[in-house]
Amino acid sequence: MQPEGGFPDLRSLPATIEAGTGNVPLLLQELRHALERLVERGATHIIDLLAIPLGPGEGDRLLARLGVGEIVAVLEAQGRSEIRECGYPGIWCISHFNESGELAARFLEVTFAPALLASQIEDVRDGLKRLSLTLDPSAAGNAVGRPS
Amino acid sequence: MDLTQRTVGAALFAKGVSRRGFMKFCATTASLMALPPTLIPTIAEALEKARRPSVIWLPFQECTGCTESLTRSNTPTLESLVFDAISLDYHETLQAAAGHAAEEARETAMQANWGNYLLAVDGSIPLGNPGYSTIGGVSNVDLLKKVAAGAKAIVAIGTCASFGGLPQARPNPTGAVGVSELIKDKPVINISGCPPIPSAITGVLAQYLVFGQLPEMDALGRPKAFYGQTIHDRCYRRPFYERGQFAETFDDEGAKRGWCLFKLGCKGPVTYNACATVKWNLGTGFPIEAGHGCIGCSEPRFWDAGGFYEPLSTTRWGSWQTVGAAAAAGAAIGAAAALAARARRSGAATETKP
Repeated sequence: MQPEGGFPDLRSLPATIEAGTGNVPLLLQELRHALERLVERGATHIIDLLAIPLGPGEGDRLLARLGVGEIVAVLEAQGRSEIRECGYPGIWCISHFNESGELAARFLEVTFAPALLASQIEDVRDGLKRLSLTLDPSAAGNAVGRPS
Repeated sequence: MDLTQRTVGAALFAKGVSRRGFMKFCATTASLMALPPTLIPTIAEALEKARRPSVIWLPFQECTGCTESLTRSNTPTLESLVFDAISLDYHETLQAAAGHAAEEARETAMQANWGNYLLAVDGSIPLGNPGYSTIGGVSNVDLLKKVAAGAKAIVAIGTCASFGGLPQARPNPTGAVGVSELIKDKPVINISGCPPIPSAITGVLAQYLVFGQLPEMDALGRPKAFYGQTIHDRCYRRPFYERGQFAETFDDEGAKRGWCLFKLGCKGPVTYNACATVKWNLGTGFPIEAGHGCIGCSEPRFWDAGGFYEPLSTTRWGSWQTVGAAAAAGAAIGAAAALAARARRSGAATETKP
């Protein structure tokens, strides 16, 4: 049946549409190329997942495709963060949550070890001062610590 | 100690934020400002050394919705770190002081930071009669000019401060205008929206902290990171628009299946904002995702731009059936509809000039 104007009724066509962007296979290709560069010359790569347009469910599908690897690290600082190696070693999913548990940022890092996992020199210095204080309280007048 | 002499890094450290916590803050700020993640170490270095800017916030003809959007969203978030990083020296809703003590705090902050403080404004300014809106007996327009004189830059928060907003809607009984119509000698950045997305406000402040300057702006003075694309450009329902699948009423099959809301008055094609990507309630959703068309709240004169439930370009194109049938052409129609809506809106502008 031809409606007025001669345009076909698109709803009668057999194909169905998903409200998606089609970016999941593209991101997986990008990750593959990044892994190649990591292997060849140790070059790291980082993708800001919240900056990529993704339709409902596509983000979850991407993470499901990447899977879970051997390491899941939980960082407790200004809310929780999760640093998870994916099923493909070298691809890490870093999710930052705020103190209310809502997602604030999500990155995919292609690297041997994300920088967040390492102890930071500033924190080490501060911890050293605090440890010294507990071992030698008489030095309290000179030491400077951070409120815990 | 004068807290504004401390660096941002020192201020956060003193609040108990670890280095990792600080790195997390920098990463989320980079994501927020749509900056490439490779810039995160640069941002960390800059933020650490940045001096805490003094911020004075003046409320004019406003409903306090912008402050509510920013501060009430939920319990302390990473964004609140930005407020720990700045020195919010005057804010009538949030401060403990009142009356003369409050005004003295404002004067002290202004004198101590003359030429360097940021002035944040929400609400429009009435020009019809200065008495329409006053604080402590001083009219909004006088107070704005006085405080703007020593400001480094002005952040107009919300559509009222940016463009006049609701008070400016036809017939504009108070002669309301936005900040940039009054202040011409200082940089003014407009963070429009009714209210604006909270992270747009904190993102601009964070960018100012990191780079010491305001971000790149569009022709209406809005930061391109948040207002560079239309809702339509990033809407997840776009494939339905392209295929001509529209909801016809709010409870029909199309609506239930999440089809395009163009015919129900969505102003997405002509509205620049980050709702479709950054979303609201920290990423939960945005009006279109909840089933209601965009009302265009970040655009000038959106209250007078045709009804919220009238499709764009109805009067220009004759009937929405014609528009719907042609919608398969997609982008060309979208652009033409946008032009028609802008033409109709500038028609509305000439009608409502006081």
